[in-house]
Amino acid sequence: MHEMSIALSIVEGASEEALRHHGSKVSAVRLQLGKLSGVVKEALLFSYDLACEGTALEGSVLNIEEVPATVFCRSCNAERTLVSIQDLSCPVCRTPTAEVLRGRELLITGLELTEEYAAATG
Amino acid sequence: MQPRLVEVRRNVLKQNDVLAAALRGRFAAAGVSVISLVSSPGSGKTEFLEKTLTRLASDTRPDIRVAALVGDLATENDAARLARSRVPVRQITTGTICHLEAQMIETALEGWDLGALDLLFIENVGNMVCPSSYDLGEAMRVVLMSVTEGEDKPLKYPTIFNTADVAVITKMDLADACEFDRAAAHASIQAVRPGMKIMEVSAKSGLGMDEWLSFLKTNIGAAISASA
Repeated sequence: MHEMSIALSIVEGASEEALRHHGSKVSAVRLQLGKLSGVVKEALLFSYDLACEGTALEGSVLNIEEVPATVFCRSCNAERTLVSIQDLSCPVCRTPTAEVLRGRELLITGLELTEEYAAATG
Repeated sequence: MQPRLVEVRRNVLKQNDVLAAALRGRFAAAGVSVISLVSSPGSGKTEFLEKTLTRLASDTRPDIRVAALVGDLATENDAARLARSRVPVRQITTGTICHLEAQMIETALEGWDLGALDLLFIENVGNMVCPSSYDLGEAMRVVLMSVTEGEDKPLKYPTIFNTADVAVITKMDLADACEFDRAAAHASIQAVRPGMKIMEVSAKSGLGMDEWLSFLKTNIGAAISASA
């Protein structure tokens, strides 16, 4: 299980982005999590609170948007959403395809900031 | 104050990805092909790598200069085993971390002259889940599964197979003893990674090792240009 490492990376990345946007306290983080990212949502949520302790993200909420895996099917010439990541084939014509278009996301897409950096004390 | 929403777009593993990209650049500039090995614990990675290194080191074509980095949680046993092949080996002891990260590779390479190498192996920590998320700057990722693990292993760990380039089925000398269903294993691999090249080996008996070594030799140059 590496979700603790991932949670720590989220905290680090979100802290940097908050600073860049002059925020000193983060109350929520929005995250895109792909089905093929290799990261388990429940384990990540479990690790997140602990990773936030003592940082500008302490007490914040992690809002996870799960991203389905999609592939490009050459036979259909179209992007198709996989039914299962155990079956990398077009759900319409059944042609196997290894061209993954989406589903590997591990992406911070938004922050909710509650304090301005200048107003922060200490 | 009112909560303020800001849109950002930041890869969680950005730091690792940036380091991995820098490593890939260094490897390409030095002309060294880097191949990583991932598998579950006990699939025979170290045995397979030891035989590979030994064969390459004693090859009649000494133009391939090879070295290895090996990741392990706690011991340095694997490095000691691999050192028997007489190629340069360094152990990366990760402590409690269940996978290698680009930073660890960078640190482990300190003081090594990459220009003096043609081929560098990185043996990841035995783990089928976590290593899939971390780019190490390798040109090729090889996933191993042994015949004792069950033909549906790829279906249980689709992400690691999906991020790998080549699959190697190990311990083929035990295939009959454990009634290994070859067709089912190949079908599982192809389901999660269509078109993937599969090789079958036994490091112990030597079965399939010629094919693997010739595959390596023909792909060394290609791996460099692909990562450049």
